[in-house]
Amino acid sequence: MIFSLCLLLILIGLYGVVVSRQTLKIVISLLIMNHGVHLLLLLIGYREAGNPPIVDPAISIAEFAASSVDPLPQALVLTAIVIGLGVLALMVAFCVRLYERYGTFDVTEIRRLRG
Amino acid sequence: MTIDVQALIPMFVAIPLGLSLLIQLVARHRHGLAEALTILTLLLLTVMSCYAIGYSGVYHLGGWPTPVGIDMRIDALATLLLLIVSVVGLAVSLYSVDYMRRFTARSHFYSLFLLMVTGMNGVILAGDLFNLYVFLEVAAIASYSLVAFGCAHEELEASFKYIVLGSLSSALILTAVALIYGITGTLNMVHIATRIVETGRDTPLLLAFGLLIVGFSFKAALVPFHAWLPDAHPSAPAPVSAMLSGVLIKAIGIYVLARLAFNVFGIAENELSLLRWLGLVSMVAGGILAAGQKDIKRLFAYSSISQVGFMILGLGLGTPLGLIGGLYHLVNHAFFKSLLFLNAGTIEYMTGTRQLKKLGGLNSKLPVTATTSLVGSMSIAGIPPFSGFWSKLIIVLACIESGHFGFATAAVLVSIVTLAYQLKVQRMAFFAALPASLKKLQREPPMMAMAMILLATGCIALAFAVLTGLRDPWLIGAAQQVLTAGTFGG
Repeated sequence: MIFSLCLLLILIGLYGVVVSRQTLKIVISLLIMNHGVHLLLLLIGYREAGNPPIVDPAISIAEFAASSVDPLPQALVLTAIVIGLGVLALMVAFCVRLYERYGTFDVTEIRRLRG
Repeated sequence: MTIDVQALIPMFVAIPLGLSLLIQLVARHRHGLAEALTILTLLLLTVMSCYAIGYSGVYHLGGWPTPVGIDMRIDALATLLLLIVSVVGLAVSLYSVDYMRRFTARSHFYSLFLLMVTGMNGVILAGDLFNLYVFLEVAAIASYSLVAFGCAHEELEASFKYIVLGSLSSALILTAVALIYGITGTLNMVHIATRIVETGRDTPLLLAFGLLIVGFSFKAALVPFHAWLPDAHPSAPAPVSAMLSGVLIKAIGIYVLARLAFNVFGIAENELSLLRWLGLVSMVAGGILAAGQKDIKRLFAYSSISQVGFMILGLGLGTPLGLIGGLYHLVNHAFFKSLLFLNAGTIEYMTGTRQLKKLGGLNSKLPVTATTSLVGSMSIAGIPPFSGFWSKLIIVLACIESGHFGFATAAVLVSIVTLAYQLKVQRMAFFAALPASLKKLQREPPMMAMAMILLATGCIALAFAVLTGLRDPWLIGAAQQVLTAGTFGG
């Protein structure tokens, strides 16, 4: 169920990228899509009523592995968010520069390349 | 003194990364120093990848063993790709010395360039899927900004298109990585491969594989995922176009696709047929669109799509001979397409136009450009005895050998189309009458000439790789064995 909500978020983002006419709206849609993917990645390591992934000397390693949430996806998501931030900054910079050159955010008017 | 190759593996990533930061620290306003550092780095990387030939092994980052730490793996296929990246990168950095004089903030260009090399080397050597994704993004972000380097109208427009489609495909790839981790419980490519053999392939895994194929088809610019390439590659400065078309689409597109399909997922017949059809469509569509172009760099960009189709067709046959053809064509294309983009860049630099109609008679004015571009054109068109002839011959023979006569015919027909549009470039730019506006043209600058001669020599030398046998060309035979039999990293 919760996974299909992630899928919904990804699809909303994809829809936005396809139908938006403004550069900034495309950037926001991509952001929504990326966050859908990040949530999916995060949920893969989630375990209902799981323990925090900090080793407790009182319980055995096997028991710990069976009861705690998986910490790896959290580390991966952090990295992915940072990468996403870099791409986002670059995209917004492009939008600003495009506005300086063309005087518009409308992608249908930013059309010099053909063929 | 002997150096252990295993200790060199992380250096392929660390050296260009470190130098890219160092240039910003010490050479921000000293452009000569930035140029020298870049050329020396690429020279060092070339020597290192020559040294690594014939070695395969694993490097555990920080000494952590495989399931805990991060692996970097090298084998014959990875070495082949490293060699291409370094040699083409060396030629391009030599070329940039003269070409980039028109731009301000040249030290930023060299930093981004080295960052792109870092990303590509990282993708080639990464032993797990998430690091592959990270390095993919490093290479991609560097290339987005390099495409927009001039900040003119066209460059920004092309780069925006590129970054939107690029991050879309990256999101698909990250989704696939997440699914694979959820299903197999590991990110290490070798472990994923063994898990898949143990448990078989279920539907979610096929979904992940499908997402990966689509994601990397975007990166490799296969039709119908090619929309960004004909804008992004011609708009960039010439050295960047050469690097993008020559190596980037191969290192982060085709190489990863081949590695994942053959070494990790163990590709099945219906998926091979999907690759063949993707190859066929790209080959035909790219070739036809290229033939109609009037802008010389745009023509070469469409031609890249078409030639990528040849490589994917070769890989999609799945037979040893087909894989050899695909990989051989990949190496050849890296050399002649980067050469052709440098030629186009020289023409634009000297004459100020890229429109074929405004050019002509450059044979007498730019002899080095004319000669090297003849070598490049004849190689890409598949005229014997140039290198492109042999790789296309191997692909066609492999099609016939595995009974795909239709694909063989299409490949031959597209080669003829390739010859037609290359002759069009040669005739209109180099042989037609010299327009009056170009009468006072000077010779090309020496560093540009040197870079083009280096790549043209490489093109000619590659034709001799078949001397060791059609079924086992030098270096490429070993790379093919990695795909058919071995696992990543020996």
